[in-house]
Amino acid sequence: MFIFTYIAIFMLAMRLRRSLKFTAIFQKWNLPLNLIGWGAVVMFLVVAKAIKNDEVHGIVAALALAGVLYYLQKEPDFKSFGILLKAHYPLVAVAVIVELTTLINEDFYDKYDDFFQSAYFMAFGYIFVRLATSKKQQAELKRINERKEELEVLVAERTAEITKQKNELQETVKELQSTQAQLIQQEKLASLGELTAGIAHEIQNPLNFVNNFSEVSMELIEEMEEEMAKGDLEEATAIANDIKQNLEKIRHHGKRADGIVKGMLQHSRASSNIKEPTNLNTIADEYFRLAYHGLRAKDKSFNADLVTNFDQNLPLINIVSQDVGRVLLNMFTNAFYAVHQKQKTIGGDYKPRVEVSTKIIGKEVEIIVRDNGSGIPDAIKDKIMQPFFTTKPAGEGTGLGLSLSFDIIVKAHKGHIDIDSKEGEGTAFIITLPLA
Amino acid sequence: MKILVVDDEADVQPLFLQRFRKEIKNHEVEFDFAQSGEEALNYLKDKHSEVVLILSDINMPGMSGIELLTHIREDFPTPPPPVVMMITAYGDDENYKQAMDKGADDFLTKPLDFNLLKEKLKTL
Repeated sequence: MFIFTYIAIFMLAMRLRRSLKFTAIFQKWNLPLNLIGWGAVVMFLVVAKAIKNDEVHGIVAALALAGVLYYLQKEPDFKSFGILLKAHYPLVAVAVIVELTTLINEDFYDKYDDFFQSAYFMAFGYIFVRLATSKKQQAELKRINERKEELEVLVAERTAEITKQKNELQETVKELQSTQAQLIQQEKLASLGELTAGIAHEIQNPLNFVNNFSEVSMELIEEMEEEMAKGDLEEATAIANDIKQNLEKIRHHGKRADGIVKGMLQHSRASSNIKEPTNLNTIADEYFRLAYHGLRAKDKSFNADLVTNFDQNLPLINIVSQDVGRVLLNMFTNAFYAVHQKQKTIGGDYKPRVEVSTKIIGKEVEIIVRDNGSGIPDAIKDKIMQPFFTTKPAGEGTGLGLSLSFDIIVKAHKGHIDIDSKEGEGTAFIITLPLA
Repeated sequence: MKILVVDDEADVQPLFLQRFRKEIKNHEVEFDFAQSGEEALNYLKDKHSEVVLILSDINMPGMSGIELLTHIREDFPTPPPPVVMMITAYGDDENYKQAMDKGADDFLTKPLDFNLLKEKLKTL
């Protein structure tokens, strides 16, 4: 019976050898496996002659198989053959039990020899059954591996595709950013265009004063000379005083025009992003008038009550003045637009009114631009801060005004913009900026 | 001759006073000023009979010069109606036409030519 144990050893060695063929470790294991396989054959032929007792021989064969299994299992090279090796365990166990039983109690064995023999053959057969299933499993595994490789190729392709798309998107984002920068510049220029007439008017006024006061001062000097010639020193001194006052007025209006030109240049220039202590009341007032005259110049029928309510105790606050100026200009332009629209639709006794006020509240300053215009419909309240959203007819608004204002106030100045609007009654834009 | 000057720019006042220095000294003319249309109408309520000439700016916050003109023509029709001259920085046809339609007697553009204005006063 023990012949099957040897057959098992021989077949195991040959099978392993065949499996390792064409692998890198074949050279290493060719000889040892041959030795194990043929060793089993030699043992069967030689040891069988030496040991007369079949039972002892059976145990020796089982121990030889156990030794081979123990040896192979210790080797990492045979790790993947675990199933095959374990398939031999039952054979070892059954062989030892059968032979030991025979040695100890032969009668008992004889009585149940059918059972013992079939157990032995079943253990032997189990090796092949297990091998067949493991082959199937290996085939399955191979199939899975192939599929995995296919998938990996696919994943690599997809990854390459996505990387390409990502790069393209980054390129697009860059383009968008530069377009945005251009748009901001265009928006600045567009609002400057709206202002041109207002600026012209605002410069014309002080210039007129400069011209008029210098002309009249020349006349006064002639008169003064006449009075001095007459000897009326008192009158001459009075005239000299007037001249002095006039020169002061000339200076004042000259500076006013200068300030307007400077403001205009600042408005169109790219933002320096440098925060400087600024008098909010002054820039609010300046842009308030510019916005008004800008709209007036376009439509002469337009008129509005301009109300200013400035907190005279307002300290200088650190802001990028041309940016905040643009925000205010935008708010004013919107307010005037709103009251103008309402005036055009209802007319009659309607009195357009736009008010700007500043106020310190705790550690913040609040700038409110309030109009009694058409108001913002609830349906669009959420959208008005979005870029390119505009209710103006095509070509009149860029839709960037409020969106840029939001960026300037909220992102760059850590403030916020609130809107209080009732359709048909008016709108208030409340800008809050931190004092420090 | 009493003249009311309506302009939102305060510095218009010393300018007129100095330009008409001699005339004022000789009591040929007398000036009063208003800084808005509303103020001018208030002033005219009491003194419209004294005022011979009204010089008004058109571009003012609140009531515009054109509105003021309309009010003057509606509220004070009793003869002799005051002479109203409109002054504006925007000397365009539309402005001119609007002023004349509403009953202005004359239309002057900024910067004011005071010599021309004085000539015009002589013919009143």
